[in-house]
Amino acid sequence: MRKRGSRPIYMPVRRRREKANMYSKGTKRKFSDGVDNKAVAASYSLQRQSLLDMSLLKLQLCHMLAEPNLCRSVLIANTVRQIQEEMAHDGSWQVVTEALGGSGHGPSDRLVDTEVLCQSSEQQDGGPRLYSVMGYDGCREEEVVTDKALCSVVVGDRAPALLLGTIGHCWDRGELRVEDGVSKDSGTGEEEGTKSGEGAKMATGQVFGTFEIKNGAPGSDPALEELFSDVDASYYDLDTMLTGMQSAPKMGPYDFLDSLASSHGSVSNSSCRADLNELDHIMEIIVGS
Amino acid sequence: CCLLHTHDLVVVPLSADIISTVEFNYSGELLATGDKGGRVVIFQREQESKNRPHSRGEYNVYSTFQSHEPEFDYLKSLEIEEKINKIRWLPQQNAAHSLLSTNDKTIKLWKISQRDKRAEGYNLKDEDGRLRDPFRITSLRVPVLLPMDRMVEASPRRIFANAHTYHINSISVNSDHETYLSADDLRVNLWHLEITDRSFNIVDIKPANMEELTEVITAAECHPHQCNVFVYSSSKGTIRLCDMRAAALCDRQSKFFEEPEDPSSRSFFSEIISSISDVKFSHSGRYMMTRDYLSVKVWDLNMENRPVETYQVHEYLRSKLCSLYENDCIFDKFECCWNGADSAIMTGSYNNFFRMFDRNTRRDITLEASRENSKPRAILKARKVSTGGKRKKDEISVDSLDFNKKILHTAWHPKENVIAVAATNNLYIFQDKIN
Repeated sequence: MRKRGSRPIYMPVRRRREKANMYSKGTKRKFSDGVDNKAVAASYSLQRQSLLDMSLLKLQLCHMLAEPNLCRSVLIANTVRQIQEEMAHDGSWQVVTEALGGSGHGPSDRLVDTEVLCQSSEQQDGGPRLYSVMGYDGCREEEVVTDKALCSVVVGDRAPALLLGTIGHCWDRGELRVEDGVSKDSGTGEEEGTKSGEGAKMATGQVFGTFEIKNGAPGSDPALEELFSDVDASYYDLDTMLTGMQSAPKMGPYDFLDSLASSHGSVSNSSCRADLNELDHIMEIIVGS
Repeated sequence: CCLLHTHDLVVVPLSADIISTVEFNYSGELLATGDKGGRVVIFQREQESKNRPHSRGEYNVYSTFQSHEPEFDYLKSLEIEEKINKIRWLPQQNAAHSLLSTNDKTIKLWKISQRDKRAEGYNLKDEDGRLRDPFRITSLRVPVLLPMDRMVEASPRRIFANAHTYHINSISVNSDHETYLSADDLRVNLWHLEITDRSFNIVDIKPANMEELTEVITAAECHPHQCNVFVYSSSKGTIRLCDMRAAALCDRQSKFFEEPEDPSSRSFFSEIISSISDVKFSHSGRYMMTRDYLSVKVWDLNMENRPVETYQVHEYLRSKLCSLYENDCIFDKFECCWNGADSAIMTGSYNNFFRMFDRNTRRDITLEASRENSKPRAILKARKVSTGGKRKKDEISVDSLDFNKKILHTAWHPKENVIAVAATNNLYIFQDKIN
């Protein structure tokens, strides 16, 4: 296990003179061993992190609009994925996963590992877990100063606050199911790094979940079930049946269930029948009989 | 023909609403605009007359009507914008004109007909329309046609609704003049102009799991001559050409056009700027043109691996992509158009600039559509954006560009050198006067 704070001497970094053009030209990094490496790397990480923050912010905001522009959302989500992948490749992701005692999975495996995400029933707090959008470099001692600043800006104020607000908003609207199972333990630096990756992944994964109604498996959390006992899921089924098309929920910021459930979208027969009864009931109300 | 000197500026200030589409009809006699308020305004070119020699070919308002109204989707609790996304004219088959106009969800076929004569001298009716007592009629007369003030009427003849879950971005009339296609973010549908309750889905790229969505359809167009061929472009910078004879569902393309990425210019924004915002076949049907954020590319339909021509629209923006991403300008969807001869192409930019490229001479020009800089019948001055450190006189620096003044919609007369440029809520019509 790599000692926290140590880093290899040789690390892929951008050449200094290309720093200014990070966004214009390629973000290809050159293998070089100059003394400026750390500064350049830090600056690059900072820029990349701010781009990630900006993208996640955009994704959140677009969920608050009446009907988000799908093309724009897809492009932003792809950008977020790209940043994640690069973060995984340049090793900053690896430190995080190793610190967690990773069972030898490669860094990219962690990105797609939904096991942790599915552990919704083991949520500690009653409230929503915060997705800290912290830089993956947060564990490095050399960059502690930079990243602390980053932490204080990002974790404390921006994205999580917005996520909270979003989540709260989501609940106000009586959204179907809101679960945000993230890693169970309270945050150490490494875990927050994990969460940020997963948070980003969840953000991208859930963006398009909101464009679809999913009849997912019932939530396993009894507290949440009770909270939403009066929310009638069959309202959406009505739409599906009437129009024969799948429709999108109104502004659900994150359809958490989509990314949490391991199987998506398959509706059991029995739940269909129950839904049909509910459907009849609703139809009666609508036609005023 | 000298397309680089344009005269005869006609500025038509429309209402406060932003113009969202501009399209000439097949003869160029009519020019239709759609706006964000759901209105369609049609201009007609004046005939040349000896009485008014200077008004040769001026465009004046012919008809205005409300095409789409805002709607509320009660099931989804969402408002459906009335903004007109596209207008496409149908070929003229009789005295009336027809066009298709669409918002995000509904396509409408409008018939525009005019009356400039009325009949007078009916036997059974008075002049004011009251029925005459038949017993009082002592003589017969033949009604005569008298000229009247021209009255133009627009009526919706077909409404094609409920076929799109996602936002419609394109419509295109097929060369068979019987069918047309409509495309949204994930699907392309084929309609018959006479049938409104059914459409065929011919492309569906929606993944089973929406979380796996990484690519959307951005534009689609029918081939101008081959009624079985159409293309659609994507947000990843690819174009797929499909043949409807191959299969009912054209999910597998016949041709796949993509330019390999230049690894040296790769950045986090590469995909976004490669997203194609418009695709247009040439009039000949041999080429097609695509517009992405920074460039226009001309493709030979027989060569899939790279475009035959690439024109840089505003390369100086490449170093500003991060700011443009932040203010969302990077998602602006610019359109492009061919001239009638396919020898020149035109597209818009920021600061009310628009660009024209001559494919033969490889010359290009930047012009500005603004009232301050243009007077009627004045020659438009070429503009230049300074990219280096030294800014010459009359040049404008990149940082002074106004990114709120964007020209997204332009149209070129099918036969003559007349262009229509929409700058936010103003429509500019430029003509090239050849002495």
